[in-house]
Amino acid sequence: MSYIDFLKEYGHRFLDGTLVTAEQFFLATLLAICIALLAGLMKLSRNRLIRGVAVVYIEFFRGTSLLVQLYWIFFVLPLFGLTFEKFTAGFVAVGMNLGAYGAELVRGGIQSVPKGQWEAAYALSLSPFKRMWRIILPQAFVNMLPPWGNLLIELLKNTALVALISVSDLMFEAKQINGSTFLSAQTFGTALIIYYVLARFVVTPFMRWLERVMRRKLGRA
Amino acid sequence: MPFNWNWAFTWEILPKLLHAALNTLLAAGLGYAIAVVLGLILALAQRTPSRAVTFVIREFVEFIRSTPLILQIFFVYYVGPQFGLRLGPWTAGMIAIGLHYSAYLSEVYRGGLQAVPKGQWEACTALNLSPAKTYWRIIIPQAIPSALAGMGNYLVGIFKDTPMLSVIGVAELMHTANAIGSSSYRYLEPYTLVGIIFLAISLPTAALIRIFEGYVRRKLGLK
Repeated sequence: MSYIDFLKEYGHRFLDGTLVTAEQFFLATLLAICIALLAGLMKLSRNRLIRGVAVVYIEFFRGTSLLVQLYWIFFVLPLFGLTFEKFTAGFVAVGMNLGAYGAELVRGGIQSVPKGQWEAAYALSLSPFKRMWRIILPQAFVNMLPPWGNLLIELLKNTALVALISVSDLMFEAKQINGSTFLSAQTFGTALIIYYVLARFVVTPFMRWLERVMRRKLGRA
Repeated sequence: MPFNWNWAFTWEILPKLLHAALNTLLAAGLGYAIAVVLGLILALAQRTPSRAVTFVIREFVEFIRSTPLILQIFFVYYVGPQFGLRLGPWTAGMIAIGLHYSAYLSEVYRGGLQAVPKGQWEACTALNLSPAKTYWRIIIPQAIPSALAGMGNYLVGIFKDTPMLSVIGVAELMHTANAIGSSSYRYLEPYTLVGIIFLAISLPTAALIRIFEGYVRRKLGLK
């Protein structure tokens, strides 16, 4: 079978898988951003208890493998009465894992905002919430966008692991097609190229665009 | 399914898991050894005068870095037999994980090499050192301290990625936990223990790496 025939026959399955991967990526990204913001801010808190919770969360998720976490969420949590659909378990595990990495970026980003900005917000007697939301976070956001670009690539790659709990993403479809055709080079090669295209020509350009837009909005272009 | 933690079962499977943890460490060590050497080659190959070579290597590194390791593991393991080359799970796994991390490490080295001040290169030229000597005696030793932090992170990273090798049947921690789970129908203890073992190894390792980094920096009179 030529490669063209191969694509004609299995192309739609690669496409279906890619869509599921895109959904997983999108949902996991949303979750990771929320967790990163929350844990990052908590880690900067003056309250020891709040800081401790964030540190434990971050160290736990960064200290063990995503695969272990994924299996734990999917196979062990049901024993405690918390059952997730495999689709949900997939993006929750990926989002929680990458959120822990993102929390460190949020912390670094906030700390990189010059002290004068804090003092100015103080002098203008902005409430702590307004100070953070209107003054500090927007500037921190711009500072941490470049590392977030890398993190999102990692996240995209890590979504491939959800195939191991049978979420029918791109990786899973590739495995299935390989199992029925034994055309490993074509199957896994195609999947590799799709992931590469997603990372290099979708995620990266989007992040570059976002960086430009945000810089312009803050008048730093 | 049982909800409560079974201690008798825990003590029964713990030795098996600890034994498998040795395999995990071995896999991480071997993979890292490959990555350290191959990464240096990839980094140095990007510094040749030939633009074409630099371009090809850069694209290769980018490709490896932006595709999932798990897919690469499958690719290496299954594509060989299609062309008559059978690789065992260990060989295929080590190639895949070594290659994957060599791409990451090559970026770390590249950053380290770029951080060496230009005057060092000029001094080597002035002293008429051969290119090999320039790199080996002058540039690389100075590039190492700034590369150490990144190298340490990836050592922990490769350790945490070894569970992916379980998918092609490398008998490391995750694979053993899966086997225990599917034969006893108890998942709570094996998966929880795997998590604890990972934490027990990766957190102290990360701390040790930070201490080692500080030691090397002090030894070289930096900071």
